[in-house]
Amino acid sequence: MTVITDAAENVAGAGVSSSRRVRRLTGRDKIVLGLMVGIPTLLHIVLVWVPTLVSLVLSFARWDGIGGLATIQWIGVQNYITMFTVSPTFWPAVQHNVIWLVFFVLLPTPFGVFLAYQLDKSIRFTRFYQTAIFLPVVISAAVTGFIWETIYDPDNGLVNSILGTNKPGASYIEWLGDSHLNLWAVLIAASWKQAAYIMILYLAGLKGFDPSLREAAALDGATEWQAFTRVTFPALKPINIIILVVTIIESLRAFDLVYVVAGSNGTKPGLELLSILIANNILGESSLIGYGSALAAVLLVISLVPILSYVFQTFRKEQQP
Amino acid sequence: MTAVAEVPAAATSRPVPVQRRKPVRPARLVLHGFLTVTALVWLVPFLWAVYTSLRTFADTSQHGYFSIASALTFENYENAWEQAGLPHYFLNSVIITVPAVLVTLLCSASVAFFVSRFNFKINLALLMLFTAGNLLPPQVIITPLFRMYLLIPLPDWLSNGSGLMYNSYLGVILIHVAFQSGFCTFVLSNYMKTIPHELTEAALVDGASVFRQFWQIILPLCRPAFAALATLLTIWIYNDFFWGLVLFETGSDRPITSAISSLQGQYFSNQNLIAAGALLTAIPTLTIYLALQKQFVSGLTLGANKG
Repeated sequence: MTVITDAAENVAGAGVSSSRRVRRLTGRDKIVLGLMVGIPTLLHIVLVWVPTLVSLVLSFARWDGIGGLATIQWIGVQNYITMFTVSPTFWPAVQHNVIWLVFFVLLPTPFGVFLAYQLDKSIRFTRFYQTAIFLPVVISAAVTGFIWETIYDPDNGLVNSILGTNKPGASYIEWLGDSHLNLWAVLIAASWKQAAYIMILYLAGLKGFDPSLREAAALDGATEWQAFTRVTFPALKPINIIILVVTIIESLRAFDLVYVVAGSNGTKPGLELLSILIANNILGESSLIGYGSALAAVLLVISLVPILSYVFQTFRKEQQP
Repeated sequence: MTAVAEVPAAATSRPVPVQRRKPVRPARLVLHGFLTVTALVWLVPFLWAVYTSLRTFADTSQHGYFSIASALTFENYENAWEQAGLPHYFLNSVIITVPAVLVTLLCSASVAFFVSRFNFKINLALLMLFTAGNLLPPQVIITPLFRMYLLIPLPDWLSNGSGLMYNSYLGVILIHVAFQSGFCTFVLSNYMKTIPHELTEAALVDGASVFRQFWQIILPLCRPAFAALATLLTIWIYNDFFWGLVLFETGSDRPITSAISSLQGQYFSNQNLIAAGALLTAIPTLTIYLALQKQFVSGLTLGANKG
């Protein structure tokens, strides 16, 4: 909390004196400043926001990308109609994204918060626990995929070896092949990372939390659960919002891990996600640019909800002079 | 805040629990037990991969993977390293990661300097634009970006022979810079706001130009933030899978993280080799993390804390 107030004060402070400062800029200073802010901004806009808008525009087009730009046909909302009514993969992908999000919100995220809360109690070996639990976040999702393949492999994997379900027959379990199982198997692997990530973020939030508040609650006889739900948790509202946004965004961004475990062509029944459908549309032989853009537009609209709420929440304080 | 006020009122009648000051040992033991089990469960996938990678294929095919190893060897690592030509892909990763990290830091520091030291109307809009852009799923922009990269010609020396932005290291480096500078600008501008304005004002009185104020006063003071962000960025960019996969046509130009998935089918015929290859890929980031853990965690939380 103090950090935010400080920043706000600094902004206010800058406001008082900067009207003078700006006037003292020489012509050369202005050019330098313009370049310093102009080049990175231009790069960001051209490579991130222009494609975002073009995605929206192209979602109303039919284009195979082979001919030049002149071969683009404008077909209105046909791509969306195809997507919503004909496509066999769109609704499963949406469903899987939703399952992914709900699963993340219900299991790894609260578990990460719980771990952070326990590790914040100034106990011994906390450094060891943190390092061990945090390791998965540091390795790439692609490597995570390979590591979990050695666990889920139906013939030689750890899980089936322990369960004794690795002999082809009635009890043979294909964790990553069975379309009813593979999403859950992948979600466990993804949670391995997610819980650790949330743990570190929340731990940082807790470090900035005034422990005397919690001690006061304890002195007044609050149980640990009461102290957490009524004192710590409400006081950490900014970090709670970040955790929630991170969870939603990570659910929408999920790609690498799924792509790797889905095998050579990056797709498997039961593992469709919006991000996977978009990428396959590019990487595949037949590239339907309009249709891919329509998928991207759907993903964009969904993503904008958490992104905008986060951005406005974060900068609202600074907006007030 | 109302909740905070309610707690004391509801609980005043109860006696002060003395145990709060000196924690009961059994509770602590349970906590340690729980954390130890969690840490071990979290390490199991790693340990299993390490164990698998250290056994010969002959050993595991005879006794199964879930068995006591007859011998441990680094053979699989040697094979993965040589057969799949891993050094080449590691070099690709370095070619992408090092410039991308440096340029991202320079770009973000410039924008952050502008936003934090001067009070222009556009500042807030700029910060919001960068932050929002950073949060977009990369798949939202990939279709048009991919077509755009196919349309932009580059001289051969910049595009490693493809003649296009597509397939070039420059293209991948630039998209990393564009994406990551969102987060870094946000973090650095918060950091720079804590540097007293008197410092640059004094320099101004002495006749220092804006660029000198940036280069010689603000940048050196931001070293801790740079160290944290550089650690974080190196790991993130090295770990990138998506851009490396989509923006290169052939596997041989890809960075190691993206290339490993196509190498799997080609060279890594068994679990032992896959595990060795995957762990080799993870070694650079694991090393950076274990050596610079403090930097990494503080980089990650710099942004979160100030939200």
